Amino acid sequence: MKAPDATLLKVEGLTKDFGGLRAVDRCSFEVPRGSIFGLIGPNGSGKTTVFNLVTGFLEPTEGRVFFNGHDITGLRPHQIARYGIARTFQLVRTFNRITVMENLLLGVHHQPGENLLWGVLRTPHVHRQERRAIDRARELLAIVGLEHAANEYCGNLSYAEQKMVELTRALMSDPQLVMLDEPTSGINPTLVNRILDYIRHLREEQGKTFLVVEHDMRVIMNLCDRIAVLDYGQKIAEGTPAEICANAAVIDAYLGTCAS
Amino acid sequence: MELALIVHLLVVFTIYGILAISLNLVVGATGLFNLGHAAFYGIGAYTSALLVKAGVPWLLAVLTSMATASCVAFIIGIPTLRLVGDYLAVVTMGLGEITRAVFKNWISLTRGPMGLPGIPHASVLGIEFDTAEKFLILGVVCLVIVFVVAERVLYSPFGRVLKGIREDEAAVQALGKNTYRYKMGVLILGSAMAGLAGSLFAHYITFIDPSSFVMWLTFFLFLIIVLGGLGNNLGAVVVTVVFVALREGLRFVGLPLWLNPAALQQLIFGILLIIATIFVPRGLIPERKVVYE
Amino acid sequence: MEIFVQLLVNGVIAGGTYALAAVGYSMVYGALKFINFAHGSIAMVGAYIAFVLVTMGNVPLVPAFLGSMLLTAMLGVMVERVAYRPLRRAPKLASLTTAIAVSFVLDAAVMIIMGADIRTFSLTGLRSYQIGPIYITPVQGAIILTSLAFMVGLYWLLTRTKLGKAIRAVADGISLAEVSGIDTNLIISAVFAIGSALAAASGALIGMDTNLQPTMGFIITVKAFAAVVLGGLGNVWGAVVGAFLIGIVENTGVWFIPPVWKDSIAYGILILALFLRPSGIFGKKEEAQVTVL
Repeated sequence: MKAPDATLLKVEGLTKDFGGLRAVDRCSFEVPRGSIFGLIGPNGSGKTTVFNLVTGFLEPTEGRVFFNGHDITGLRPHQIARYGIARTFQLVRTFNRITVMENLLLGVHHQPGENLLWGVLRTPHVHRQERRAIDRARELLAIVGLEHAANEYCGNLSYAEQKMVELTRALMSDPQLVMLDEPTSGINPTLVNRILDYIRHLREEQGKTFLVVEHDMRVIMNLCDRIAVLDYGQKIAEGTPAEICANAAVIDAYLGTCAS
Repeated sequence: MELALIVHLLVVFTIYGILAISLNLVVGATGLFNLGHAAFYGIGAYTSALLVKAGVPWLLAVLTSMATASCVAFIIGIPTLRLVGDYLAVVTMGLGEITRAVFKNWISLTRGPMGLPGIPHASVLGIEFDTAEKFLILGVVCLVIVFVVAERVLYSPFGRVLKGIREDEAAVQALGKNTYRYKMGVLILGSAMAGLAGSLFAHYITFIDPSSFVMWLTFFLFLIIVLGGLGNNLGAVVVTVVFVALREGLRFVGLPLWLNPAALQQLIFGILLIIATIFVPRGLIPERKVVYE
Repeated sequence: MEIFVQLLVNGVIAGGTYALAAVGYSMVYGALKFINFAHGSIAMVGAYIAFVLVTMGNVPLVPAFLGSMLLTAMLGVMVERVAYRPLRRAPKLASLTTAIAVSFVLDAAVMIIMGADIRTFSLTGLRSYQIGPIYITPVQGAIILTSLAFMVGLYWLLTRTKLGKAIRAVADGISLAEVSGIDTNLIISAVFAIGSALAAASGALIGMDTNLQPTMGFIITVKAFAAVVLGGLGNVWGAVVGAFLIGIVENTGVWFIPPVWKDSIAYGILILALFLRPSGIFGKKEEAQVTVL
């Protein structure tokens, strides 16, 4: 048994072509275990494509992705998720015609009741596991302040609340790496701070690792330990928030300034 | 109305009820656009009829016909369930045409358009279901079993995944679930139930021909489950009762001779389905909410 | 051998009619990303309109043909307006359901108005020409010429005109097209108009070559879809190639298997294509995958 790697996620020379267009170009970076890693760049710079390549929703043209030392390149999304990678989507993708609780329960991996036969027979071990999952969902809902909405249809919630449900759903499987695609877009500033606090809490208390795509420079500078900057699919810089702020190429690409 | 007619309608209702519930699992709960339900029904009917005519006991024939329908569903599912939903839709629609072509053209086996007459009545452990009244008992037992199984499926963690797939398949995959297997599971289960209904039909009417398993039947079932509330089994059953009665009732309305009653029914039901889909998308009885305490 | 050449030519002729239907199918898929199940029935209505104009209105063949295309284009636009547009933001299952309902309504309406019997144009005074070993009727010659002419015209429209550019922009992404100031509703109406007009041409030519039946739409739908899948979903020119392939294979296939199975061949090709290469000959892999984001 070898000691766990200091690197949790390693992306090597990742490349994706759409027809003639190169969306991601030889992109490499490493996400250290227990860190919050930011991925920034202007619109269309390939951030979400990197997300989809890592999580198996797209197949890379070239390059490799390693998670915990395993080569996960080209695996299907559900296989990658089972390795312990959970993700959210840029535009919130909750299941809207079922309840918040059902949304969360869907997040649990390897449920015996999800087998057709056991599900129909409803054996005691199905019940026990279901009970545990419900208790955990309640716990998580309490943390994000959505306890009251457990039995509400997800479609009746506000956008911000749905975003919270999506994040909580991703946490139900107790993943090692949580990938968040613009976790604060379309949410008011007070709630943004709550989400950021929650992410930090999960990192400090549970040692979770985060890979975050974000548009809002203030958020990313505040939250992340390390940041990679993409422009036209290429990584143009990587470093701590302070280093990124001082980098002329970044300011050039982003046309923005860093908030201190 | 005479009693015999009522009993007959009730038997028809149990068969259509099974069909509606099983289609509801596939279409209403999972969101798979399956247009081949009548084909699976027909496969079940022909398999069962041919086996019993060859001397196989009914109980064994039913199980075989369910398995045959499932096998066809499995083969159809392999290429289509990995792709966007439209592929399943057209391939199942084509399946309807193909099975009909087989029933019609494989004359040495099916006697083609002349149909299969003289199918023996169903019998279980020596009990013959040879009258409509007796058959009604068998039909009700089967309907109840199918209903209970469907309910248990819908409200199990398995059913939860199905509803997740209906809402957003990619998001379910991101949660570590092999959606392909769930879709395959429900398609196979739904088709097996359709096969059961087919067997019941064959041994109740005792005569089958290709015209009983047309696409129109699938369409009729769609109307039932859309109106009954997609994902709601009770709604499907209730609306089935109404429609079986309505369809029968339409026969007694005096129509001018030039008006083709089948076409008129198709026209009315078609318009009704468009209106229902646009204006009452959740049906008359919406899907039941699952509440956890 | 001579018979084989004749079958090959028949295949090209059939392929021409399928191509006309498949192109519209593919264009609608490109714009709205959903399968218009009613497309075959719209082609059927086009065929009947031409039939009525010629046999009852005594309109000469060519104006009747063009008139049918115009009227059917209007029908297609109306169908989109009534049955699809209200559901553009609803789950995909909803518009698929109304599409299938529309096809049933159109079939039923024609069945009521025109009857369910097979009709023929009975184009008297036309005799076959002999070119080498091949016999070809004037209608078949017209099929080859018109389908070629329409394909060239469509190519010009899509690549050289402002409308064509807008159509391609909508196909690339409807919300992006909207942002860049394109009136997407207008463009989608145009797509339906063009697609339906070509479907009418297809239906009318099939009707003149063989016969008309209210149920002919189903077969056109399955064959056109098979062509579209073979060529690559959403790829208009791939659909043309797919259509000719299917026409040729099913006609030369009669050489090997009994003609009653002719209509089943397209379905066989479809299934085979889905197993071997689901993205089609010219399709992009991502188009067909479940996990389109």
